[in-house]
Amino acid sequence: MRSPLSPEMATQEVPLNETLAHLKTESETLKLKLEEERAKLHDVELHQVAEKVEGLGQFVMKTRRTLKGHGNKVLCMDWCKDKRRIVSSSQDGKVIVWDAFTTNKEHAVTMPCTWVMACAYAPSGCAVACGGLDNKCSVYPLSLDKNENLAAKKKSVAMHTNYLSACSFTNSDMQILTSSGDGTCALWDVESGQLLQSFHGHAADVLCLDLAPSETGNTFVSGGCDKKANVWDMRSGQCIQSFETHESDINSVRYYPSGDAFASGSDDATCRLYDLRADREVAIYSKESIIFGVSSVDFSLSGRLLFGGYNDYTINVWDVLKGTRVSILFGHENRVSTLRVSPDGTAFCTGSWDHTLRIWA
Amino acid sequence: MSPCSICKSYSMEEVIARMQDEKNGIPIRTVKSFLTKIPSVFSGSEIVQWLIKNLDIEDPVEALHLGTLMAAHGYFFPISDHVLTLKDDGTFYRFQSLCLSPSAVYLCKRTMQNKARLELADYEAESLARLQRAFARKWEFIFMQAEAQAKVDKKRDKIERKILDSQERAFWDVHRPVPGCVNTTEVDIKKSSRMKNPHKTRKSVYGLQNDIRTHSPTHTPAPEAKQPTEEELQHQITFWQLQLDRHRLKMSKVAESLVGYTEQYFEYDPFLTPPDPSNPWISDDTTLWELEASKEPGQQRVKRWAFGIDEVLKDPVGREQFLKFLESEFSSENLRFWLAVQEVKKRPIREVPTRVQEIWQEFLAPGAPSAINVDSKSYGKTTQNIKDPGRYAFEDAQEHIYKLMKSDSYSRFIRSSAYQELLQAKKKKSKNLF
Repeated sequence: MRSPLSPEMATQEVPLNETLAHLKTESETLKLKLEEERAKLHDVELHQVAEKVEGLGQFVMKTRRTLKGHGNKVLCMDWCKDKRRIVSSSQDGKVIVWDAFTTNKEHAVTMPCTWVMACAYAPSGCAVACGGLDNKCSVYPLSLDKNENLAAKKKSVAMHTNYLSACSFTNSDMQILTSSGDGTCALWDVESGQLLQSFHGHAADVLCLDLAPSETGNTFVSGGCDKKANVWDMRSGQCIQSFETHESDINSVRYYPSGDAFASGSDDATCRLYDLRADREVAIYSKESIIFGVSSVDFSLSGRLLFGGYNDYTINVWDVLKGTRVSILFGHENRVSTLRVSPDGTAFCTGSWDHTLRIWA
Repeated sequence: MSPCSICKSYSMEEVIARMQDEKNGIPIRTVKSFLTKIPSVFSGSEIVQWLIKNLDIEDPVEALHLGTLMAAHGYFFPISDHVLTLKDDGTFYRFQSLCLSPSAVYLCKRTMQNKARLELADYEAESLARLQRAFARKWEFIFMQAEAQAKVDKKRDKIERKILDSQERAFWDVHRPVPGCVNTTEVDIKKSSRMKNPHKTRKSVYGLQNDIRTHSPTHTPAPEAKQPTEEELQHQITFWQLQLDRHRLKMSKVAESLVGYTEQYFEYDPFLTPPDPSNPWISDDTTLWELEASKEPGQQRVKRWAFGIDEVLKDPVGREQFLKFLESEFSSENLRFWLAVQEVKKRPIREVPTRVQEIWQEFLAPGAPSAINVDSKSYGKTTQNIKDPGRYAFEDAQEHIYKLMKSDSYSRFIRSSAYQELLQAKKKKSKNLF
């Protein structure tokens, strides 16, 4: 507790520093104790238990569609629930809605800022959200009339104090979850723009988030430049679990389909799997020859495969259970910046700094 | 076969340093050509072979790709080409001067700027120290090279001049690439903005010039974390204490669960089991999607509802069938309540108070037409909540009802003849086809 002001300021400073040092030690001791507790339950490795599982055969995954139309680096994309439409955003401010199946562009809007790093499709399929260097997240209703100027109906929803790194609708068109370079995440009411809940706890830029797939859950996970992956309670705003094993920025987080675990991709060139029930990292996906960072990760529908988009222009496909790489996919001519599996798991889409998007199956 | 453990050598600089190692690196030699000598070179195939051997690569295609990236970033270059790719043949390559390599360029510039007061931020000092360690004895050489850059052209011997000229040319090939080539000096603005505007409090004078764009392409150093306040530390302590109290499962249990889940959904994963009739992206035929959109669910889809209550609740057709079954038993109020509460959470905040009242009246108020049974604790909490209605007013009641449905109504539904019929329906149909 702070002492009241007194003439001898020098002597007052000593107890304060001691208190801070004492608290710091206490915090660090507890943290170490937690790691010990977590380690106690580490009786077996995931890949050992997975030895009884049949190995995966050879995969033939190819680019099935190439979407050309962006004039600059593609930074983000999201699928529509109809399993075929996607929205993508790029460095030059363009946001495009495509029917990926036919490769036709259906809508295009130019944002007033460059580096649109985040975009998301609304669950109804009737709107898209996007943002980036403008520090905002805006929602554009998608009109059936192709001639209508989308920009006119734009609605500004989220306001951060630094760049918007990711956004996602909850299971409704009416709420958006955002993450930002200002170190926070936030939940917003779309109609009023009201801040419903903010999430503080990251010590640096938050780069990614993913909502838990549960029908009943109210949680999401975020990853940041502080190398931490945090699980949050949307109702209370509290961080309920935290994991810090990566050696660099976490660029992407994605839940395992059951919601009991999540994967992360980092600048340290590894992907990792964390289980929420075991409360620890349970697998690392890495290779000596992979030295470039992972920009984005996603699971196949069963959770058996983990797809990673890398800064070395490739996609590595991992066997989640056995920990081995089953395939490496070439095709993009620059960094893969974004990767999402389609809602029914029939394909995944990648976006790249080479200005294109590709659909793989 | 166990997976590779994490290799420490993930940064480009460390791999390059290994490639330049006198003992285990790529042998560098002078080649005698017609009337002239080509100093300090090695061939493309030698690079590929080295990568395969030292980085445990199985496929030469992968080694070639990685090598091409290294060339594109400027760590070594073809001596007779402006296009920076790697060829798996006798083409000659030369290492870039360490001083002109991406991260060294940046750090050397910084060093030269503040030669008198070497005020580097902690992470810069760390990067500098790292580079110094990696390049050991060659550091002196780097410094010499850095000074040579700044000074006017000194008199050098012909061979050295040849090498330096080619290295300088290659430097510009990286920074001003030939049209069509990737500019590898481009950075992700999320990372570069952090380097220019360091986070929160900083100790050093950090006046970065705008033209410094380069940093390690594979590893952005971590920003300096600010010192936590007393309040933050208290908060941290409370957090760790809560975490310690958490109930954890053993790895063996968790692993079994993960294995079990993926095995159960194996047949539903289009990447593992080709969908029936076909994957639209591969066959260009959208029948699969048309079938899913139809009101008649296929057998595989119906089978999935038995995996757990969440499967029924997240499938609109499943929800419909579940509701229909419960209505036939006159016990649908629980599910209707659950669905109504889910709906209210999806509404704009403006509509919430009205909707909450409606739900209260319909399901929980004394004399409610669709009265549901919740435990007294939840009921008490809910009564309090609706006085100041928010989106989570019914959270406790909903949780209680969910558990009830899971153990009671849901199990009855799966055992019901209605469900069994749906499960058999498609089977019969396909039997008739044969």
